[in-house]
Amino acid sequence: MRRNENNPIIDLISSLVAPFIMLFGLYVIFHGHYSPGGGFQGGTLLAASVILLRLSLGSELGQSQFPRRLGTPLASLGVLIYYGTGLAALILGGAFLNYGFIPFSALAPLRRSWGILSVEIGVGLAVMAVLVAIYDDLLEGEPDA
Amino acid sequence: MHPELEIVLLLVLLITAVTALMIKNLLTAVVSLTVFSFISALLYAAMGAVDVGFTEATVGGGVTGVLLLLLIFKTTRRSSD
Repeated sequence: MRRNENNPIIDLISSLVAPFIMLFGLYVIFHGHYSPGGGFQGGTLLAASVILLRLSLGSELGQSQFPRRLGTPLASLGVLIYYGTGLAALILGGAFLNYGFIPFSALAPLRRSWGILSVEIGVGLAVMAVLVAIYDDLLEGEPDA
Repeated sequence: MHPELEIVLLLVLLITAVTALMIKNLLTAVVSLTVFSFISALLYAAMGAVDVGFTEATVGGGVTGVLLLLLIFKTTRRSSD
């Protein structure tokens, strides 16, 4: 977006706050089975931190963490992780998305726990990439300073 | 939550929703919709649905508000009707 002038307060505060939002987003994704949250909420938080950086720092500096060209490939990668977990369960013996057949560990409850974690990671990655891609597509032809 | 507090919050919901519809300055309308989202997230959490409140707060404030602000930036800032 267009920057009017260099505002050092906004630059500093948003650069300091954004890593904490990303850390909290990762916490929400990985603890979705026990506390409120999960894949979708954590993905939205990660996208909010990237959008904060793009709003406050402008277009060149705002793309340091997440370049514009990575939007669609990462979304496809997230969907592929979700579908790949289901397909691995199908190939390795059982039904589609039956995590008990993927050899994550020796105990059966831990296999299901790892399976749920891997689909949550896929969902979080896809949600973050799609929300940042929507923001980038809305601002496609804008000139900025 | 106490019923009086819930009634006050529902009244605030009503006021912000009517404000978002009637005001001509579109930036004020977007901010009013964001306030609506946050108060309804508080009500969801008070009713026991903490996951729904979490999602409503992040999506209503972090995503919908920002995207509506982008749309105002690209079109006009005053409504024409």
